[in-house]
Amino acid sequence: MKALLIGESREGKLLEHSYELLGFASRLGAGTAMFLVGSEAALPSYGGTVYLADAAKCGEYNPDLHKRLVLAAVEREKPDYVVFMHSSYGWDLAPRVAVALKAAQVTEVVAVVEGGFERPCCSQKMRHKVNPAGAVAVLTLQVGAFPGEMGAGTPQLQPIDAEGDGRVVFQGYEPAVRKGVDLTKAEVIVSAGRGIGKKENLPVIAELARALRGELGASRPVVDSGWLDAGSQVGTTGQTVSPKLYVACGISGAIQHLAGMKKSGFVVAINKDKEAPIGEVADVLVVADVMQFVPALTAKLAK
Amino acid sequence: MKILVCVKQVPDMESRFRPDTTGVWFAETDLAFRVNEYDEYAIEQAVQLKERLGGEPELTVLSVGPDRVVEAIKKALSMGCDRGVHVLDGSPQLKDPWQIASIIAAYAQGEGFDLVFTGMQSLDRGSAQVGVSLAEILNCACATTIVDFEYGDGTVTVKRELEGGVKGIVRLRLPAVVTCQLGLNQPRYPTLPNIMKAKKKEIRTIPVAELLHEEPRTLLESFYSPAKKGGGIVLEGDLADQVDKLIGILKEKTTVLR
Ligand SMILES: Cc1cc2nc3c(=O)[nH]c(=O)nc-3n(C[C@H](O)[C@H](O)[C@H](O)COP(=O)(O)OP(=O)(O)OC[C@H]3O[C@@H](n4cnc5c(N)ncnc54)[C@H](O)[C@@H]3O)c2cc1C
Ligand SMILES: Nc1ncnc2c1ncn2[C@@H]1O[C@H](COP(=O)(O)O)[C@@H](O)[C@H]1O
Repeated sequence: MKALLIGESREGKLLEHSYELLGFASRLGAGTAMFLVGSEAALPSYGGTVYLADAAKCGEYNPDLHKRLVLAAVEREKPDYVVFMHSSYGWDLAPRVAVALKAAQVTEVVAVVEGGFERPCCSQKMRHKVNPAGAVAVLTLQVGAFPGEMGAGTPQLQPIDAEGDGRVVFQGYEPAVRKGVDLTKAEVIVSAGRGIGKKENLPVIAELARALRGELGASRPVVDSGWLDAGSQVGTTGQTVSPKLYVACGISGAIQHLAGMKKSGFVVAINKDKEAPIGEVADVLVVADVMQFVPALTAKLAK
Repeated sequence: MKILVCVKQVPDMESRFRPDTTGVWFAETDLAFRVNEYDEYAIEQAVQLKERLGGEPELTVLSVGPDRVVEAIKKALSMGCDRGVHVLDGSPQLKDPWQIASIIAAYAQGEGFDLVFTGMQSLDRGSAQVGVSLAEILNCACATTIVDFEYGDGTVTVKRELEGGVKGIVRLRLPAVVTCQLGLNQPRYPTLPNIMKAKKKEIRTIPVAELLHEEPRTLLESFYSPAKKGGGIVLEGDLADQVDKLIGILKEKTTVLR
C-alpha cells in the first residue's frame, strides 16, 4: 500500500502540520512519497522521494496548476491514497484532485478504524465511518488528529512542472490583524460563545472575567456578529492560548475553537447541552443556562 | 448575469443525534431543520451583489432534498433570491458529496450561470466538497473559504481565509464558484413584506432521477457517537449547589482563586 503525502509551504516555510501526514501513513502502514510545491531551501526532514515543484515559479496558491502537479506525481507514483491535511490548502485542492482522478474523497479523517475511516459529522458531535470505493482515494486529515512524525535523512528530489490556465490568480497575502489584548499571556480567560444569546449579555461574562482577574475572550460567532473585536477570538483563525484557567461560556467546542484553547491548564465549560463537544476537553462541564449560572458564580466569588 | 446559490437544510446542532434504521445517518424524528449557517452567508453575498448591480442579475436558489427543504428555499427567496429550484430527493443523505455535486452540475450545465455561491461546508456532513467538486465538473474557476468578495469588470476578487488569521487575496475569472466562510457578511433577516413577496416567487420541482447519473464513490458504513475520552466532572442539578461545587474544585485543582 502506498500513500502520496501532500506537504504544504507558506511564505517560503514548510508548514509543521505536514509531518502529521507521515504519522498517519505509519498508522495506516503505508509506504510513502511526498509532494510539495516549495523550495529546496525548505524541504521536509524525510528520507523518501519528494516530488518538488518550484513555488517561485508555480506560486504557493494556484489551485488549477497545483492540481496538475499532483496529478503528474500520481501518474508516476501510482499511490493507493493521496493524502492532504484538512487545511485551507488541503480542503481547497483535494476535491479538485479527487474529481480529476474520478476517485472518492474522505474529508477530515480522525482515525483509521476496522473497515474504514472515521470522520466527524454533525459539528463534531457524532462520528461517521466511511469507505472509499475504487483503486485510488483522496483523504484529508483533521489537523492534530495524528501525531507529527519526522523522517530521517534527506529526500530524493523528483522535479515536476506543469502549466496553469490563469483562471485563478493569487495576488498576495494579507497579514493577520492583531489588536486589543494579548490573550496569549493571560493566566485566566473567560470566553463568550454564541450561547450567551445577545450582545447585551456580554457584560455578565466580562464581570466573571474581572472577578477571576482574567481577560475576556470569544468564539468566532461573537466576533463575526460584531459583539467583540477580532483580537478577542480564540481558535485556528484567532489566537492560540494556554491560560491556567479557561472558562468557556456557551461555546459548543468546534474543532477550530478547541485548537486554540486545548492547551489550557484547567478548562471549565458552561453549556446547557450535556453532549456539547466542549465536554471532551473540559475538566468540569457545568450543565446550566449560562445567563443564570455565570451571575450566580460571579456573585459568590465576590463574597 | 445569472447567479446560482446552493443551500442545504441541516438540523439544529444543539439536537441529540441518534442513528436511523439504516445505521449510516441520523434519524430525523424530533429534529428541527434550518438553513446551513455557511449558506446564509452565500445567499446574503449573492443578494448584495444583485443590489449593487441595480437588480440586474437573476438569482436562482437550489436545494437538493426532501419536501422539508422547500422551507430553506423560501427563506432564501425572502432574503432576495428570485426563483427557486427544488431537486426532490427523499434520501440525499445516502448519496455521497460527489453525487450531490454532480446532481447540481447536471442542473447547472444548461443554465449558463456566471457565478455560483455555496457554503464552505455543511454543518451536518461537513465534507467541504460539494462546491469545489461542482466547479471541477463545470470546469470553472473556484476559490474556497472566502471572507471578502468584490465584483467588477467580469472578474471577482476574494479574500480566502488561511490559518492564524492570514488572508490570501485571489482574483477569479468568470464563470466561477466561491465557497463562503462564516463572517463574510451579516446575513439579513427576512422582513414581513419580503416574506409575503417571496410567496409569489416560482419554485420549480425537479425529481432527482432526472439529474442523477453518477454512482457513489464513497460507501457509508456507520454513524455513531464518539468514544468518550474526557474524564471530566459533570455538574448538574441545583444552581447554588453547582456554584459551590465549582468553587470548591477551582480551589482544590487550580491556583487562580486566592
Ligand atoms: C476554517 C474555519 C476556521 C474557524 N476558526 C474559528 C476560530 O478561530 N475560533 C472559533 O471559535 N471558531 C472558529 N470557526 C467556527 C467554528 O467551526 C464554530 O462555528 C464556532 O466555534 C462556534 O462558536 P460557538 O461555540 O460560540 O457557537 P455554537 O456552535 O452555536 O454553540 C453555542 C453553544 O452554546 C450553547 N448554549 C446555547 N444557549 C445556551 C444557554 N442559554 N446556556 C448555556 N449554553 C447555551 C449551545 O448548547 C451550544 O453548545 C472556524 C470555522 C472554520 C470553518
Ligand atoms: N443537498 C444540497 N443541496 C444544495 N446544496 C448543497 C447540498 N449539500 C451541500 N450543498 C452545498 O455545498 C456546500 C458544502 O457542503 P458539504 O460538501 O456537504 O460540506 C454547502 O454549504 C451547500 O452550499
